[in-house]
Amino acid sequence: MADISSNFLGIKSPNPFWLASAPPTDKKINVLRAFEAGWGGVVWKTLGSQVKNVSSRYSAVNYGGHKVMGFNNIELISDRPLDINLKEIVECIKLFPDRAMVVSLMADNNKESWHELIKKVEDTGAHGFELNFGCPHGMTERGMGAAVGQDPEIAKMVVEWVMEKATIPVITKLTPNVHSVVPTGKAVVEAGTHGLSLINTIQSVTGVDLDTLVPNPYVGGKSVFGGYCGPAVKPIALKMLTTIAQNEVTNKVPISGIGGVSTWKDAVEFMLLGASNVQVCTAAMKHGFRIVEDMCEGLNNWMDEKGFNTLNDFIGKSVNNIIHWEELDINYHHVANINQDKCIHCGLCYIACEDTSHQSINLEFGKPYNTYTIKEEECVGCNLCQLVCPVADCITMEEHRVSPEYVNWIEYQKRGLPLNDH
Amino acid sequence: MPIISNRLPKEKYEENFSDIHPPFETKDAALVEANRCLFCYDAPCMKSCPTSIDVPKFIKQITTGNIKGSAHTIFTSNIMGAGCSKVCPVEKLCEGACVYNLMDEEAIPIAKLQRYSTEMAMENNWQLFDRKKSIGKKVAIVGAGPAGLSCAHTLSREGVDVTIYEKEKKGGGLMTYGIAAYKVSPEFCKDEVDYILSIGGIDIKYEQELGKNIQLDDLQKSFDAVYLAIGVGLARQLAIPGENLSGVVDAISFIYDIRNNGFHKVQVGDKVAVIGMGMTAIDAATQAKRLGASEVTMLYRRTQEEMPCTEVELNIAKLDGCKIVWLAAPKEVLGSDGKVTALVSENMKLGEPDAGGRRSPIPTGETFTIEIDMLIKAAGQTPFMELIEKNKLKNSQGKIEINNGFTSINGVFAGGDCVNGGKEVVDAVQAGKDGAKAILNYFKL
Repeated sequence: MADISSNFLGIKSPNPFWLASAPPTDKKINVLRAFEAGWGGVVWKTLGSQVKNVSSRYSAVNYGGHKVMGFNNIELISDRPLDINLKEIVECIKLFPDRAMVVSLMADNNKESWHELIKKVEDTGAHGFELNFGCPHGMTERGMGAAVGQDPEIAKMVVEWVMEKATIPVITKLTPNVHSVVPTGKAVVEAGTHGLSLINTIQSVTGVDLDTLVPNPYVGGKSVFGGYCGPAVKPIALKMLTTIAQNEVTNKVPISGIGGVSTWKDAVEFMLLGASNVQVCTAAMKHGFRIVEDMCEGLNNWMDEKGFNTLNDFIGKSVNNIIHWEELDINYHHVANINQDKCIHCGLCYIACEDTSHQSINLEFGKPYNTYTIKEEECVGCNLCQLVCPVADCITMEEHRVSPEYVNWIEYQKRGLPLNDH
Repeated sequence: MPIISNRLPKEKYEENFSDIHPPFETKDAALVEANRCLFCYDAPCMKSCPTSIDVPKFIKQITTGNIKGSAHTIFTSNIMGAGCSKVCPVEKLCEGACVYNLMDEEAIPIAKLQRYSTEMAMENNWQLFDRKKSIGKKVAIVGAGPAGLSCAHTLSREGVDVTIYEKEKKGGGLMTYGIAAYKVSPEFCKDEVDYILSIGGIDIKYEQELGKNIQLDDLQKSFDAVYLAIGVGLARQLAIPGENLSGVVDAISFIYDIRNNGFHKVQVGDKVAVIGMGMTAIDAATQAKRLGASEVTMLYRRTQEEMPCTEVELNIAKLDGCKIVWLAAPKEVLGSDGKVTALVSENMKLGEPDAGGRRSPIPTGETFTIEIDMLIKAAGQTPFMELIEKNKLKNSQGKIEINNGFTSINGVFAGGDCVNGGKEVVDAVQAGKDGAKAILNYFKL
């Protein structure tokens, strides 16, 4: 059995799965249920000046019959009194001392407020802070949340205030609502943050009701931009995570990966691209806390199969496998192959290629079943047919190198090698 | 035990004849299945439908919430798409070709999804087709069955004024009179006919039979074209001794009685034998059982390999408790006091394949006798030979010969069972479309 225990900036947890700062972590009853279910830690829902929330608060994007492919919320930070939150945090730590208790903070935009909040939370015995520089709605209009994270200078200043006072680890959570997360990431690392977490939610409109013409979520006939999360945002999160993991300033601190993590596989992908642990919210909101069981078991089994004993054995292992386009090997070439024994003759590969790609699939008419074969000389190896094929391993991409030598685009140009002639 | 009616209490009839393929209970249930559809290109299901319904498209339209569009897609190809969703042997057509079969997964329930969209269209009386302004051409159609109605609808859309002559009191043809009641109800058949006619431009005259109340010559004089969709209808005779005893009936009239009268009024024996293993034989046998017969035995002179019905249909009969006897041909019906008492059959064996590749049954000389009080003959139907000959229509053993829809008489067209000798409803619908196309060509439209 592999060891899946995690140590993030000295904050220990029995597994690398934390619940992200969000509705599931906003009070004792939820957090205790999460710990009982087996979650390694929580980031307590953001504390700050008490706010008032609206009804409704969530909306979702469904796809192909699957519900909540993407999720959107317009909730603000905790709307409960600070002293109740603090008291409950103490109780949770006491009942589950082996779990990570990190508290998300978003104080009013001045040093005194931050210092005062830090002092009060440290008194609970919490293990760390996460600075909420990412909330994209409601708080930004008040100069907080993403309004801080979107401006590296402001973010740096706030982190400096925090570092003056904090005596426990500080994680800064980054907003994705920027063209690049790196500038703010660099600024806060330079200001002394101990760690980074990303991504927060992405500003979104999930849809419009075609009867009322009001976008959702519906609040008394109107809506607002919300924060988008869930499986749909994972690819964006992975990209942003990679840029932080590759930057020589930001990769000096550990990263907590967030954004659409729903399964152990998602978690492993985040960790391979540089996250030391992951935070989960939407998947738990959709299915309940019980999903952590398979996350732990799946991770463990995968590590055993791959021969990884600890998380550190594989964290970051894929970071260097993402390179600049110019460094890609132009002589690498593969072409599709359709396994006729597995083919069910649905024609999806054919129509995708014929209509939108390179007309590289041959159709031999049959009643009722057509036969589809690859025109190898036409196939550019784009993967589209394989991606749309509903049968596992029916279409495989087979390596047909142009030549054995590695040649990238820069070298290709230098040598004056030919471009396509049609 | 005699042949009697009223064998069962009312509730039992209702239970026995309730919908054998119930619809989706909820929209979500339909969506689960619709979302499974892969949206195949040049889809095998579509190619296996005689009317070429664009199945992937209509299912996709269910998933997008465009039910009106979905129904339009279906009805564009098959105006009886609602009825066909209940009576088509889909296991050998669209669903049988579904690519999921090749993955050893359950096929998409295409018929059930088709029913979902078409019933919603009928319930809401969505008018999905516009009739073009009248072009001043008149067509007489003989027979308001699937071929006639399909032809009429296609012509009416193009602005042709149609008059249908129907010998029965209701339209729908075999859909209304010749299919098991647990597949389609009389109410549904009426609704479907009304829905088809609601496009306008189609006048339907009931209880008008060709050769009796109306004559082909007269129709030719009064109309610009005539379309014959008179079907088949004469039960094939067994040509064995005792066939005229009381208690020997043909399946067509037995089913007609069920469809036309209340279940309790239909007479059925206690021990019933059914000759044949086609769809009609199954419908007769299962319904005899469901009307209260205690024993139903189906006899077929070949084996399961050669049977015309589908395995799904055979299983309905088996589940209903019908006994199946393969390789048995009726030889003589025995009776006393003019009434059936027993059936003597001969055991058969299969010989060499005939020209069509089907192995012919050969008598073995061994016979066996079963006690019965009713014999239902479902050995196929024959065309209205005499009527067709009398009208001097070129034919092949009573089946009207057509060339691109044209019969041997100028201005007279034909299609459906009267041409093909008896196929599925869906084939007749396609024949009606083809006939309409031929007529429109004839009009140079």
